[in-house]
Amino acid sequence: MVSNKDLISIRDLSREDIEHILKAAKDIDENPAKYSNLLSGKILATLFFEPSTRTMLSFQSAMSRLGGKTIGFSDSKTTSTAKGETLADTIRMVESYSDIIAIRHPHEGSARLAAEYSKIPVINAGDGTNQHPTQTLLDLYTIKKKLGKIDGLKIALIGDLKYGRTVHSLLNALSKYENVKIKLIAPDTLQMPKEIIEDSKGPEIETGESIDGALKGMDVAYVTRIQKERFPDLEEYESVKGKYRITREMVEAAGKKLMLMHPLPRVDEIEPDVDTLEQAKYFEEAKNGVPIRMAIIAMLLGKIK
Amino acid sequence: MKEERLTVGMIKNGTVIDRIPKGRALHIMEIIGVSNNYPSTVSVAMNVPSEKLGKKDIVKVEDKELKQDETDKIALIAPEAKINIIRDWKVVQKKDAKLPKEIEGVIKCANPNCATNQNEPIRSRFIVEKDNPIKIRCYFCERPMDEKKIEDAL
Repeated sequence: MVSNKDLISIRDLSREDIEHILKAAKDIDENPAKYSNLLSGKILATLFFEPSTRTMLSFQSAMSRLGGKTIGFSDSKTTSTAKGETLADTIRMVESYSDIIAIRHPHEGSARLAAEYSKIPVINAGDGTNQHPTQTLLDLYTIKKKLGKIDGLKIALIGDLKYGRTVHSLLNALSKYENVKIKLIAPDTLQMPKEIIEDSKGPEIETGESIDGALKGMDVAYVTRIQKERFPDLEEYESVKGKYRITREMVEAAGKKLMLMHPLPRVDEIEPDVDTLEQAKYFEEAKNGVPIRMAIIAMLLGKIK
Repeated sequence: MKEERLTVGMIKNGTVIDRIPKGRALHIMEIIGVSNNYPSTVSVAMNVPSEKLGKKDIVKVEDKELKQDETDKIALIAPEAKINIIRDWKVVQKKDAKLPKEIEGVIKCANPNCATNQNEPIRSRFIVEKDNPIKIRCYFCERPMDEKKIEDAL
């Protein structure tokens, strides 16, 4: 990535690129004072055409902690897009107001399109169901920080694996590591798309529908929300949702070794009384979004090599 | 061969595109930019018996010599096409359609939610990942397209 102008897709990164970003984030995490004025005078534009709490706030927090400022919007209804302005035009305007752009957009490919038009660096903060590379990097960072490695881990991805972009990027990233074993646990209708599995050659991949015993022996269980809006039939949604709920008993039975992750927001796929267990790492995961995004912003602006 | 000559005559100057999979002649014309406004003769033969393809289409365009980038685009939907450049009734150059590394603007991305299918001023672009069987990937939304999806997108 260091040689790239933008961060659009995990597919563009080699394992070395990923490791390089994780290493920079670690240094930021451990020595925040060293970086507090690094981007003084620089402006990040957060263009959120789709709502998001965590991603936008953590981008803003990351920029502030680097000494820079943020401008932007979080609702496209209040922008010229509502008047029919193209994304291409919005980008050409924004690039003259800021030094770097973070964009979230409901259409797949929007971040790449923005990068085509922009002279300043563009970071993809989620494009439709396609990619969410900063989330994947913070997921990898969280795993590495806790377990010290990614090679050789046993990782279960659970929930909506069809529409959840975080699991698509994550599976793709994990395929760049050695001897990773992956279990994909989802209802048949929400299983990981075939083309993404084909694209992620390397890890041993097992698929299944049942969550019973699925956590056993795993190093990491990565749970995603089953989205109500994906189901035409509400009754079916209720029945599926109930089957993929992680309970305290399940986590305790899986043992202390397990690390439970979730990109958040969580609705009820992980019961609240799991939160206090040692295995629950999802809030820490959200916190790790800040050093990762700090590293990415600073690298793309050429302030970290 | 005899039957084919009866259907479509020889041309004096221009390009003959042979071995087009049946039913794709009109798409080929679209790809090479030959429409009903084209000033010279265009002959199209469809469902011509062929030993190799069973049935095939042929397009003959007078007064137009296809350039390399145009023949490359043909490979997207007619990988076995043979392209002959004709001058003064003689074949002066034979070309195979060869897939380029990237294809711009020939077809639309199959993903309706792709940024290139909105109202943006941008041409579609695909990276060719495999040629046999063909697999291309949208440069923007990263969705792969196989032969079936490419055909549907025509």
